[in-house]
Amino acid sequence: MSEKRLAGGREIVLPMSKAVEISFRSLKIRFGRSLITTSGVILAIAFLMSVWSSNAIVGSLRDVNKSEINLLLQKNGIETGLAESGEASAEAQARMLEEESKQTWLISLSLLVCVVGIANAMLMSVTERFREIGTMKCLGALDSFIVKLFLLESTFQGFAGTTAGIIIGFALTFLLALLDYGGYVLDYFPLNNIAESAGYALVVGTSLSLIGAMLPAYRAAKMEPVEAMRSDT
Amino acid sequence: MTETAEGAATAAPKEEKRTVVRTQQVKRVYKMGEIEVHALRGVDMEIYTGEYLSIMGPSGSGKSTFFNMVGGLDKPSEGKVYIDEVDVAQLDAYELAWLRCRKIGYIFQSFNLIPVMTALENVTLPMVFAGLTSDEARDKGMVLLGKVGLGERYSHKPNELSGGQQQRVAVARALANDPAVVLADEPTANLDLATGTEIIELLREMNRDSGVTIISATHDHKMLSVSDRVVWVKDGQVERVANREDLDIEVTHVEGE
Ligand SMILES: Nc1ncnc2c1ncn2[C@@H]1O[C@H](COP(=O)(O)OP(=O)(O)OP(=O)(O)O)[C@@H](O)[C@H]1O
Ligand SMILES: [Mg+2]
Repeated sequence: MSEKRLAGGREIVLPMSKAVEISFRSLKIRFGRSLITTSGVILAIAFLMSVWSSNAIVGSLRDVNKSEINLLLQKNGIETGLAESGEASAEAQARMLEEESKQTWLISLSLLVCVVGIANAMLMSVTERFREIGTMKCLGALDSFIVKLFLLESTFQGFAGTTAGIIIGFALTFLLALLDYGGYVLDYFPLNNIAESAGYALVVGTSLSLIGAMLPAYRAAKMEPVEAMRSDT
Repeated sequence: MTETAEGAATAAPKEEKRTVVRTQQVKRVYKMGEIEVHALRGVDMEIYTGEYLSIMGPSGSGKSTFFNMVGGLDKPSEGKVYIDEVDVAQLDAYELAWLRCRKIGYIFQSFNLIPVMTALENVTLPMVFAGLTSDEARDKGMVLLGKVGLGERYSHKPNELSGGQQQRVAVARALANDPAVVLADEPTANLDLATGTEIIELLREMNRDSGVTIISATHDHKMLSVSDRVVWVKDGQVERVANREDLDIEVTHVEGE
């Protein structure tokens, strides 16, 4: 009855929900460790978000171009009234560009460190769980299921960490801005800009977590199920 | 199908045996740098549906290596392995996963339950891979857990269960998709004597009830008394095969000594 049909076996349906459930559970049980991994994401994204929201707030205040605000800005070392002044602006512009590129460099560096950290943590997680992975493969898990498991795990982690990072980064910047510029921040709060930045940061953080987990997930999927059979360890 | 299998298991009529696993001159060489380890040196074996086969042999004789071949976990360096008359070497990754999922049940020496899952979830995992809905899987999982005597413990995590209980869950998991063959590589090695005997008896019971073929590797002489057939391997070769009838004589002989 089943003899020759083996080779043409019917599709093994692998419900996404199960993968989601398993990876979520894995995270919960290793909460301490995933918290450490996540802290890298939190810090990197908090930094990113803080830079972005600070830029947005300052930019919005500068655009108002009111003398009392300009005064406050200048007190904090920010050039104002770029549009009007002629000669001095070229120098100021150059300085601002330099500042900007330094920021970009720092942000890229922190994000890179973050990806490496994620990859490292996920690799450890894979090594730690070689028996679990091997067992699942013995039970009929396809490589794609294993990949899904680890990518999902990292994505959850990344999503949570990114959200926390956005909130922390924004909150700190906002408080500092309140100290520096008082109520003006609220009067000219660049809501759209900040929301947009938060959206970008969420995408960046989550995708970095996904990217960082790719190699580890692939390694996990390629693991031989024989490993699980090995009696010792 | 169950009936004939059961018939084969209990009465074991030699004529009506249906082969479920067949190996032809299986060799396996591990290359470790310059050195070649010949783990299997040409094993011919025929394993019949519904039988309880024990493989005995000293450490390093190639039992686990043989299991890996039969379970589709490893490919022979030479020779062929047929499961239900399908050549395992011809299967692609996808079909191999299918084979492991539907045709083979594994029982490991160290239980290998997934630590983050409850007993029930462990048992139902292969069913999920086989595409059952969660409801179907849960019902079937509960029946299986009941059969291994852990109906009450379904919500326990592996670390809340004793070794023997964990192995019972593993037995239930191995039977999840009604496999043709259950491979048990030294299933009692991590258990004490009494618990080990219980597991062996449980396996025997499952073998009688559902007609599933059980292949078990062991150093354990307790295994002999429940086996339909015993194969002794040594240095990667089959040394001797004994049927149940011959065994009875031997066991009494040993006990008499
Ligand atoms: N992955 C491997 N790489 C190299 N050699 C291996 C590997 N696996 C097994 N061997 C060798 O193959 C031979 C058979 O090993 P196998 O594990 O099959 O023995 P076994 O009968 O299961 O022993 P035990 O009773 O101790 O489990 C041994 O000499 C072993 O050293
Ligand atoms: Mg072994």
